[in-house]
Amino acid sequence: MKNLKMSIAAVLLLAVSFTNAQEKKKMNHDHEDMKMDHSKMTTMKSDAKTETILSDYFNLKNALVADDTKKAAQAGSKLVVSLKAFDTDSYSKENQEELEDIIEDAVEHAEHISESAIDHQREHFKTLSKDITDMVAITGTKSTLYEQFCPMYDKGSAWLSTSKEVKNPYYGSRMLKCGKVQKTIQ
Amino acid sequence: MKIVKIIAIVLLVAFVGIQFIPTTRNQSDTVPSTDFMLVNNVPETIQKKLQVSCYDCHSNNTQYPWYNKIQPVAWFLEDHIKEGKAELNFNEWDSLSSRRKASKLRSIIKQIENGEMPLDSYTLIHSEATFTEAEAEELINFITQLKDSL
Repeated sequence: MKNLKMSIAAVLLLAVSFTNAQEKKKMNHDHEDMKMDHSKMTTMKSDAKTETILSDYFNLKNALVADDTKKAAQAGSKLVVSLKAFDTDSYSKENQEELEDIIEDAVEHAEHISESAIDHQREHFKTLSKDITDMVAITGTKSTLYEQFCPMYDKGSAWLSTSKEVKNPYYGSRMLKCGKVQKTIQ
Repeated sequence: MKIVKIIAIVLLVAFVGIQFIPTTRNQSDTVPSTDFMLVNNVPETIQKKLQVSCYDCHSNNTQYPWYNKIQPVAWFLEDHIKEGKAELNFNEWDSLSSRRKASKLRSIIKQIENGEMPLDSYTLIHSEATFTEAEAEELINFITQLKDSL
């Protein structure tokens, strides 16, 4: 009987380690697929790409406003793709470097958002918002944006919105109205 | 009972077999000039703590435990170190832009604050890696200062 228990335990241990290894392989695979998508998309117009990034960012923001972790995660994944598809070629060398830096940082935050619980998503959204704001400062955008600010979350945190009305992505329903418009971006 | 014996033998063979699968070892003699400790003025207590609690997975040099060569443990460690270094490699700190540094520092603060790092699976064996409240506060204060000075 003791033998039996031991072998069952051993089988389980092995099974766990194997599935673990396989999962890893699968993850690597997914990464490769994403890279391929990325190269296909670089033929699009760069102006349109800024707008795609912004639209994914706003979907993410709205999901956080609605306390919807799952939707936020999905928007995060989409944002990873649209950020990676951004083409810096048409910008000056200095701006290119700046944009590449911004995008590398933003991609990391979007990746974390795609796989985290809501508190984490909001932490990363703060830095992501800074990245996107800095990006828009260089690229510009077709629409009018409002930079809003909530003094309470993490010693003060900003985000972008397409509407003047404040809906707080850091607190969601807990404190939906906390914040004010601090800047209009045109 | 016979079947148990067969299973046991199969498992034993499998266990021995997987020992031959090679793993990459994370070891290096040199500390690059971009290392976090070299470019920042880090107080000695914090240096020690970072070395003990973070550098095994977040640098190019791991102090491996004795059982590290036994599969499937070696795989588990290899994965963790790979993932850890992809997130943050203290040895390559200064190759990051200010924006990336600020991001990483912010993450360090949050991870320590929320007790997410070091990982439980790590502190289970390396109990000395755990942060006491005072140590956590000291580190967070230092990292916050560093972030604000960027």
